[in-house]
Amino acid sequence: MAKRSKNSILPTILTYLGLAVGLVFSSFPIVWMFFSSLKSNTEIFALPPRLLPEDFTLAAYLTIFNDPVKVRFFINSYFVAGVVTCLTLVIAILTAYGFSRYSFRFKNTLNIFIISTQTVPPITLLIPYFGMVVAFRIFDTYLALILTYMVFTLPYAVLLMTGYLNTLPKELDEAVLVDGGSSWTALWRVIVPVSIPGIVATAVYTFLLAWNEFLFALTLTKSMDLRTVPIGIQLLMGQHAFEWNEMMAMSVLGSLPLLVLYLVAQRYFLAGMTAGSVKS
Amino acid sequence: MVHSAPALVAAQVNARKKRWLRYSTLSKLVPYFYVSPATFLLVLLMLFPMVMVFKYSLMDGAIMKKDAAFAGVQNYLTIFENPVFWQSVGQTMYFTIMSVVFHFIIGLAFALLLNTNRVDPLIRSILRVLFILPWLFTAVIIAIIWRLLLDPNGVVNSVLMALHIINFKVEWFSSTHTAIHALTFANIWAGYPLYMVSLLAGLQGISKELYEAAGIDGANELEKFWYITIPQLMPIIISIALLDFIWTMQVFPLVWMTTGGGPIYSTEVLSTFTYKLAFSQYEFSLASASAMIILIISMSVTYFYIKHQQRR
Repeated sequence: MAKRSKNSILPTILTYLGLAVGLVFSSFPIVWMFFSSLKSNTEIFALPPRLLPEDFTLAAYLTIFNDPVKVRFFINSYFVAGVVTCLTLVIAILTAYGFSRYSFRFKNTLNIFIISTQTVPPITLLIPYFGMVVAFRIFDTYLALILTYMVFTLPYAVLLMTGYLNTLPKELDEAVLVDGGSSWTALWRVIVPVSIPGIVATAVYTFLLAWNEFLFALTLTKSMDLRTVPIGIQLLMGQHAFEWNEMMAMSVLGSLPLLVLYLVAQRYFLAGMTAGSVKS
Repeated sequence: MVHSAPALVAAQVNARKKRWLRYSTLSKLVPYFYVSPATFLLVLLMLFPMVMVFKYSLMDGAIMKKDAAFAGVQNYLTIFENPVFWQSVGQTMYFTIMSVVFHFIIGLAFALLLNTNRVDPLIRSILRVLFILPWLFTAVIIAIIWRLLLDPNGVVNSVLMALHIINFKVEWFSSTHTAIHALTFANIWAGYPLYMVSLLAGLQGISKELYEAAGIDGANELEKFWYITIPQLMPIIISIALLDFIWTMQVFPLVWMTTGGGPIYSTEVLSTFTYKLAFSQYEFSLASASAMIILIISMSVTYFYIKHQQRR
């Protein structure tokens, strides 16, 4: 008996120890970033290093809020990610409905096409996009960003929504068809209202992808009026390489929408993350 | 005008038949109506650009010259002769393979830790939320966090010196010896949660009876892990590792924001090599050839990924 209890205590201690190491590994960099944003620049590299700021200051945040150029980065990011999310959702809902309720020629081909789209290197697409965007005279516009972002938001959204619609019983929309309604009515009146959890998951994940995009935003826009948050941070890094507290404050503000979405819609968020890899 | 009853019925039947015929041919088109917007967009944004980049890669002076001439495979040969290209290939492979291996190890370890019932459920669910956090940060912010932490005067050096592990300030990102490892470490930190979340879902899907049966047969914990847990998780491990391999191979923002490929090409990866050819040197044809090479590698791994997904 004594041996047995000893055997179960040791694994428990080791488990807690492992979790503690994991906690430091996963969260320390983030906590350090957050507290650095509340320090003065001289205090950031103070020796010995201190986690909590000695002179707590919101100066870095105030500088950002008082600079219209930096505020504009945020407005641009919210606008572009918002529009991309709406457009992606509408198109993905239509496609997912087609996929989950009908069988048709080329269905499998189209499915493979959509899955393989996930893995096409952005850098490969970037060069022809640059050529196209210049040729269509939409270089340095919101349109160029919104349009090109769809290439990687759409495949995920379609896979996620199709997966979700496949879980809904066919009797649900067939009832509308039997009553003489069209599939269009069935989709918007019956399927969409009951798919809200799936739509939220898709929206959250699409927003995340669009919010984080870097390469196309870097290359297809040029004027400060159109720069998004990731590019704004990069510019800040290049111009004021020593204003660490301001860069950390930018990073905190730039992560905020995703953190809030994650905490509010955690269940949906995880569905989005694992879509396509675990089951597709 | 008065119609006789049978004629009226016949007319109605006829009309209904016609409507039905029209309806059934139309109804065959319905699915295409639903999938056409996405198909159109993806053809415009995927197939067309891929044809274009292939065409550029066979030309001399694409985008820059109005009358760019056909150059055949010359651009590919030029790329293959460039030693920096081969250095980038090697560094990309080191970065990718190390990332995939450690993502898997850390992801699995955390998933196992979070899956035991030795720990209070509340603590488990809080840690579950916290362990995913690195995944929520965009590459630019990850780059900036690690530049702060790994700064010569930063906290990592201070701690390592206090523990007497190092005795001078290491310039993690600006030394040719350490930059690629520092970069790989930052990427490992940023990417394990995908594995953790997926493997945790996988662990919860394994039937308890399998473990009980193995216990009756006298298997110990290690044997249970090796002969039940790992085989049961294998399909998930393979799909995520393949996807992760493809995505990590294409990494751009993290490298661009930490080292920019330097110092002296020591962290140059295929995507930064290609980007510089196009947008620093304006060699769009050479860049297209390099981009085609990345595409071919990605697509060959994608082939295995799709095969694997369809077998499941």
